[in-house]
Order: sequence, then structure tokens, then C-alpha cells
Amino acid sequence: MKTPLRALLLTVLALGGTFGLDPFRNYQLAAAAACFAAVAGLTVLVGLTGQLSLGHAVLMAAGGYGFAWAATAVDGPWPLALLAGLLAAALASGLLGLLLGAAAARLRGPYLAGLTLALVIALSAAAGALPLGGDQGVRAPFFPVPEALSALIAVEQWHAWLAITVAAAAVTPLAVLRSGPAGLRMRAVLDDETAARLSGIDPGRVKTGAFVASAIPAGLGGAVLAIATQQVTPGGYGLAFSLSLVVAAVAGGLGSIGGAAAGAVLVTVLPWAADELAALAPAELGRRLDGNLAVLLFGAALVALTLAWPGGAARLLHRARALRFATPSTTTER
Amino acid sequence: MRNPRTLSTAAALAAAALAAAACSTPGGDETVPGVTDDAVVIGTHQPLTGPAAAGYSAISAATAAYFAYVNANGGVNGRDIEYLVKDDAYDPAATQTAVRELVTEDEVFAIVNGLGTPTHSSVLDYLDQQGVPDLFVSSGALAWNQPEVYDSTFAFNADYVTEGAALAQYAVEQDPGAVVCVLGQDDDYGEGILEGVETVVGSNEIAEVQTYAVSSEDLTAQLGAMMTAGCEVNVLGTINGFTAMAVGTAAQMEWFPRWYVSSSGADYPTLAGYLGEDLAPALLQGMVSVNYLPSSAGGEWDALFREINDEYNDGAPYTGNTVFGMSVGYLFAEALAAAGDDPTRESLVAAVESGDLAGNGIVPLSFSEDDHAAYRAVGVTVVDEGVQDYAGPVYEVTAGGVNAIEASPVPLENEGIPGE
Amino acid sequence: MDRLLFLLAAGLARGAVLALFALSLVIVWRAARVVNFAQAAMAAAAVYAAFHATAATGSYWIGLATGLAAGALLGAAVERGLMRRLPAHAPLPGIIVAIGLVMVLQAGLAIAFGPEHRPMHPPFSQRPFVIGGVPLLSPYDLFTLGAAAAVMAALALLFNRTPLGLRLRAAAFAPETARLAGVRVPRMVALGWALSAAAAALAALLLVPTELGLNPHAVDLLFVNAFAVAVIGGLDSPAGALLAGIGTGLLVSLVTGYASASAAPLAVLALMTLVLLVRPGGLLAAKEARTA
Repeated sequence: MKTPLRALLLTVLALGGTFGLDPFRNYQLAAAAACFAAVAGLTVLVGLTGQLSLGHAVLMAAGGYGFAWAATAVDGPWPLALLAGLLAAALASGLLGLLLGAAAARLRGPYLAGLTLALVIALSAAAGALPLGGDQGVRAPFFPVPEALSALIAVEQWHAWLAITVAAAAVTPLAVLRSGPAGLRMRAVLDDETAARLSGIDPGRVKTGAFVASAIPAGLGGAVLAIATQQVTPGGYGLAFSLSLVVAAVAGGLGSIGGAAAGAVLVTVLPWAADELAALAPAELGRRLDGNLAVLLFGAALVALTLAWPGGAARLLHRARALRFATPSTTTER
Repeated sequence: MRNPRTLSTAAALAAAALAAAACSTPGGDETVPGVTDDAVVIGTHQPLTGPAAAGYSAISAATAAYFAYVNANGGVNGRDIEYLVKDDAYDPAATQTAVRELVTEDEVFAIVNGLGTPTHSSVLDYLDQQGVPDLFVSSGALAWNQPEVYDSTFAFNADYVTEGAALAQYAVEQDPGAVVCVLGQDDDYGEGILEGVETVVGSNEIAEVQTYAVSSEDLTAQLGAMMTAGCEVNVLGTINGFTAMAVGTAAQMEWFPRWYVSSSGADYPTLAGYLGEDLAPALLQGMVSVNYLPSSAGGEWDALFREINDEYNDGAPYTGNTVFGMSVGYLFAEALAAAGDDPTRESLVAAVESGDLAGNGIVPLSFSEDDHAAYRAVGVTVVDEGVQDYAGPVYEVTAGGVNAIEASPVPLENEGIPGE
Repeated sequence: MDRLLFLLAAGLARGAVLALFALSLVIVWRAARVVNFAQAAMAAAAVYAAFHATAATGSYWIGLATGLAAGALLGAAVERGLMRRLPAHAPLPGIIVAIGLVMVLQAGLAIAFGPEHRPMHPPFSQRPFVIGGVPLLSPYDLFTLGAAAAVMAALALLFNRTPLGLRLRAAAFAPETARLAGVRVPRMVALGWALSAAAAALAALLLVPTELGLNPHAVDLLFVNAFAVAVIGGLDSPAGALLAGIGTGLLVSLVTGYASASAAPLAVLALMTLVLLVRPGGLLAAKEARTA
């Protein structure tokens, strides 16, 4: 019971923190919260079951489309529309996660990575083929600041509140799951599938279940992004974004939910910071550095981090514990 | 297996990274955002990196060069125009971040010439909610002309349907009975051109419709299908790179149909860059397109823009994108001048809606209170011996059909610096 | 019928390039058990080297040789400088480092050379031979097919018929045993990387002249499709890469011609899902290790 309490405390803290930020930072905070939910799902999936998904952006998109559709369709007071949207987001991403999980249970590392990569590439084609609005995407409803609060906070801060609340609601069950028996089963499967099978665990079911558990927070993250931006487009969930989720999970330390939060903030803030830096350079050089510098620094940091600590930065903090799980897994054939 | 220290470290990190600036409550100050006594700050989102950067990144550089020229000559109503260009890499998610930063951090007066349909669509509602004037969007989608929904969003390009209809009308007049085909991008651009062609020739009369995806740089299959279908007139809703690829691929097949190309993909200097200066004049001979900006070499606008390009844009290659970027800059400066000595967002929008802006096109602007489209008429251009110029009729496209009208070019006044 | 023949011919040439790039992924997977996500960016860097060599000398062939050498050097450098420092047998760090390398290389190329497309001209005409009114393969397509086939045959010979190939295979499949038998395993792994990167560079060099022009992202789509091809064929199987490469090339060409260009990625995804459902290890997978 300690986990939900701590989550509640952190959520309240984060909500209070929004008062210290200006509207743009609050918007960035909402975007970071969306990434956090997706990265938390991804980090648990990769860290605990060793299944590398390069397609979590598509799961986010599924959630975003689900949210936009249901929240627009429900014609009632805003909390009702919001809840319906979130429910649809969880359903859409959960279903897609189930499909992927069923495939993942049969596939080993690089094959799963290949399948999820092809999924990301096919997203924009799928958005054109299905009734999802093509490249323009679909509109998500705008949730204005409620009357009672409108004198007090700006719309960005209100969206940051919604984002933090939804992200917390998405990640807390995941954290509970991870520290419970389900988490143990996942680690058992990662360490040695044959041994796990001998002790009565069905690796296929564990892997599929882990994929679903990872997909739902990602989908809710997509819903959060739809709340903050009122738009779902396939271009927003492309390969670059999908890879940046992987970067966030690795930078934060695979398997660590706190690390996922740090990683999500990093991938949200660093591109912006690097562009500010590039703007200081003289015009012609600045034009070339703009946008590219962020990617360059990101990549270099990723390489350096992984070379220094292959397990991820946050792992350093509890390395002794991490080692116990990491070592046996390195000997499994893959 | 939870680690409290990791969580609190992360929380602290998050707070430290984000807590950099001032407070958040909605302010009640009376000043106009982005306008001071000696400057007006405006912003835009453009693809400076990524696959779409080639070509389009020249537009904002040209606009900035024009504003530098205006500022060097005293600005507009005594104010310099400060133009903030944010990169969005043609990624709608990045557009949303960039535009929010412009509106909330940089507190721009208006967004000017945001580029791209999927990108700009993603900030349309936001700009409307924030009451930020959203002027002269750089795309030919019809979405920018919805005055009853988006009361401060205005288009700049002639819309794609208008261009498609004008191209088809000219084709029908030149070659009655020719087999007409369409090759379009697989988005609103290609669809708009196709819709325009259909209104003129009828949807059953198009022999072959092919599409391409920007991500796949290969048109062999599409052109093979069009060739075997016996196409004689190919109307293209393609961006410059793919126009060049279509013309080049067809020539390799020894196939030389007539090309009718939308203005977004028919810029001769850019096409010549792709095809090579040696081959371009022969391959592009007779290529038909439409335009509405003063692009004729040797005209007075052309001379001025070339001068500005040399002096304020480091002599960057002078292309249709340069003309486009500077024309947008001119139109904004004109709107700002008309918005009065103490411009507000309301007076800026009112100035555009007044219908008094002339712009610098070869046809009149059609802005009014209930029409937020910029150009409803386009002039036909033809390439002859490596020179692209107006050479045919000017068509006005209305709900009733396509009619030829007289061109009415705007003369250059006051060295291209608008004043009251 | 005309259209079908035309589309099949176009698909064949594309498929050969796909197969060659997929083969390069198979080589590095066999040598180091890493899926090299940086293969596209490394190949693009090699093509930039070729582009500048051609521009400086005026000779396509000097450019080609420079590109291949640059690819091989880059491959060896990445192995020596980065991949070797990672823990063996854990797949994830390798993938992550490769993704980081993609970002560094592509951003670096964009900063150094700008985002513009630089046209590259093929050494042979792209004018197809017209047979019975149908335009079929062009001389350049034949050159592409020939080059891809020659390289694939040479690699097959090298791996299966030479002592060096034996050492390469031994180093990849049984590093401990190979070391005991006197094989310098690290050198073999580096050689595998160099061969793989050079093959990828060749595929990119063959592809770029048929596209809009050279830019930092010119090889991205080729990589994505080739990765799909390698997975469909079985990551361990060079023959699978060849088979799946030609098959996917034909499929993409037919779908583009008869349906639409935007349906092509969906078709590749569908093919991959179908193959993996039936054979989780790809078409020509080696026998699965027993798990129960």
C-alpha cells in the first residue's frame, strides 16, 4: 500500500509545482507527463521482460485517436466526455497491445523490433486508409478552464493538471503491478524461460500480459497529448518520436519508473534547450545547427551513457540490486 | 522493488528542469502583445530541418530579408518588424510546441505564413482560442478560409482546387479531346488538384489517377501506369522534387507528354536544380503552370526583390520561393501599415478584412469579412527556352465555373515599403 | 498485361537493392548478434564520401571505390570504437548505441552538408529497353542487378569456400572454440562489420542515383524496408535475404502500380505479419533452440 500513497504525494506535489511555471513551461510539463506515461510502460516492458518495442508511439497514437473519437462523440458535461475519452484510449491501446503481445509471445528480440518498426512506418499509411483523417489527423475536443478556476489559472496550467492526474492514474497501477507477483513472473521469464516454465509459469501469457500492461499507459499518454494539443496526427507519432521514447527509457534506466519520469522530461526539454543554444550562433551556422544540434547532442549523450553504464543511468543508484537481475539475463541465448 | 530515492531524484530533476521562469496566473495587462514603441514581434513555423527542409527553408529566409530591408528604411509606422522563425521539421507535434512558445514565451503579435497543411492544421484551434491573428498561411488547403469558425485565420496561396481547375481549363482549351491524367501527392494537395480537374473535365473523363507518398522517392510504377494508359496531358499536384522526378523518369522512358503543374511544384530554378542545368531547358520546354505573384524576370518587383536578396539574404539562390517569401513579407507590412499608428490584434484583422490591401499579385486580393482566401484567380505561365513567364490567360475560378479575366498587376510604389 | 510486365521489371531492380542491403544486415547480425540500426546513416555517410570524390575527380568509378572504402572503414571504426566496448550477448545496448549513432551521423551530415538534395548521376543510361512496346529494364537497372548479384555471390564464396570465411563463421558462431583454435576473434568481428557496411554502402550507392538526390535521409526508407526483408527472410539466412528482398521488391512495385503508393508500407507490414505468424524466425530460419 505504500506505492499508491507515494504516488498520491508526488502527484499533489507536481500539481502544486505548476503554480511556479509560466504557461509555456506548463505546456511542456503536460507533454512531458504524456511521454512519462508512455515511457513508464515501455521501460517496464523492456526492463522486466526484455521485449524491445520500437512502436510505442503507435500505441500512443491509438490512445489519442480513441480519446478524440469518444470525447467528441459524448455529448454531455465535460468530465463525462473526458472519462469516456480516457476509457476509449485505454481500450484502443489495450486492444492493439493485445494483438502485438500475441505476436510478441512468439517472436524473439530483433524480430519483435522489426515488426514494431514496420508498424510505426505504416502508421501514416494506415491513417489514410482508415477513417482517421489522413495526414491532417482528427481534432480532439478542447477542455477550457472550469468557471470556478478561470480567474485563478491559465488554460495551459489546467491542461497540465489534467495531464499530471491522468499520467499518475496510468502509471500507479503499473508500479503496483511491477512490484507485485506479476513483476516477479516477468523477471522469472526474462531470467530463464525454461526454468520459469518448469515452475508453472506460461511465458507466452506473461509476455502478452506485459505488453497489454505496457500499452494502456502509453495509450493514456496519447490521450494526455490529445488534451494538451487538441489534435491527433500521424506525423506527430513518427519514427523519430518513437525512438525518442526508447531514448527516454534507456536514459532513465530500464525498468525504473522514476527514471522514466527523468527521461521523459529530458526528451521534452533538451530539444528546446539545444535550439535556444543554436539560436545564439551566427545566422548561417545557426540555420544549420537549428534542430540538428539537439539531435546530435541527444545521440552523443545516448552513446556515451550506454557505453558507460549499459543498464542506464538511474541503475547506478541501485546498482547492487540491479546486478542481481541483470547478470543472469546476460547469459540467456537471444 | 521500488526505490524511493530514484523517484524523488526524478521529481527534483523535473522541477529543476522546468522551474525556470515566472508565474502562471492569467494576466490582466492592457498592452498589445508583441507591440512596443519601436518594434513589432511576429513569428512563424517553418521546416528548417528534416526531409521537407529542402526548398522550403528558403521561404522564411527571404521573408526575413525583406523585413530587414524595411527595417533598414525606417520600418513601418516607425516600428521595426522582428520576425521569429521556429523550426518544426514539418512535424505537427513540433509545430504545436513551436507555436505555443511563440505565443506564450515570445508573446508575438501575430503568426505569419506558418507553412504546411498537416502542421498548421494542428495549431489552428489553439491560435483561434488565444485570439492570435493567423495571417497568410503557406498552403493551398481550403481550411484557412472559414471566417465563421476561425475569424482571424487568412490564407495566402491560391487554393489547390482553384489551381487544378485553371490548369484543366487551359489544357482543354489548348488540346480539346486530349487524354487527361492526374498524378498527385497522397494528401489534401493531390486531392485538391484532382477535385479542381474533375470540376472542369468531369470525373469520368480522367483516364488515369496516380498518387505518390513523399516518403518513397520512386515514381517508376506510377509513370509506367500512366504511360500504358495513353495519357497525353498530365496534370501534376506534386512538390518540386517529385515534379522533377516525374519529368525525368518519363524522359528516361522516351515518353514526352504535356505537363501541367501546380504552382507549388513548378518553380523553374528549383526544378533545374534537381534535373541539372544542362538538361532542364529541354525537359521542361512547354511546361504549363499557374501563378499569381510578380515572378516575371525583368519586372519592377523582380528587380527590387533581387536587390534585396543580394543585400540582405547573402545572395542566396533566387527562386520562386524567394518571390513567395518576400511577397508574404510585403503583404504583412502593408497590413501592419493599414492597422494604424497603434496597431492592435483587432485592427490588424480589420485591416486585412477591409479589402483595401492590394498585395503585389498579378490579380486582385479577394480578402473581405466573409472571404479569407487570398487569391481566387491565377495566371497561366509557360516555360520557353528556360524562361518561365506569364504567357496565357488569367482564370478566375468561382462556384459557377472558370472564366478568363484581365490581369491587373499592382505597380511598385515607394520602393516596396508600405506606409499610410 | 503490359503494365504487369513493366511493374515486375521495375520491382526486380528495386528488389535486388533491397536484398543487398538486407544481406548487409544479415552479415552483421551473424558476426556480432547486433541489428545495426545505424546501417542507413553509415551508408549515407559513405555515399557523401563517394559524391565528393566523384565531384572532385569527375569519375563515377573513383567515387564508387571511395564510397565502398569509406563504408568499410566506418564499419570497422564503429565496431572498434563503440560496439566492442559493450557487454557481449546482451542485445539491447547494441541497439541503443546504434540508434544514438544514427542521430549523431544524420545530424552531423545535415550540419556539414545542409538539407539540400544533391543530384547524383548514374554511370549508365536509365533509358529502358522497349520490348514489344513495354519499357523494361534499363542499362542502369542491369548494372544494379549485376553488381548486386556479383557481390552476393562473392560474399557467399568468401563465407563458404575460403579459409577466411571459415574463420569468420567460427568467430561468429563459436567464439570461445574459435579462439582456442587460434582464430583472432576480435579481428574477425571487425572484418564482418567492415564487409557489412561496405555492402550497405554499395546498395545505397546503387539506389541514390534513381532517387531525388543525396541527402542525410536518402537511405532511411531503404533501411526500414531492408530490415523488414531481413526479418521476413530470417536474420541468420543470406539466402532468405535474397528471396525476401526480390519478393518484397515485386510486392511493393505491384501494390504501388495497381493500388497506391501509400498502401505499400501496409503491404510490407501485412507480409511480415503473415510470415512471422507462420514462421516466427523468418522464412529460412535455422532450427529453433528447444525451449521445452
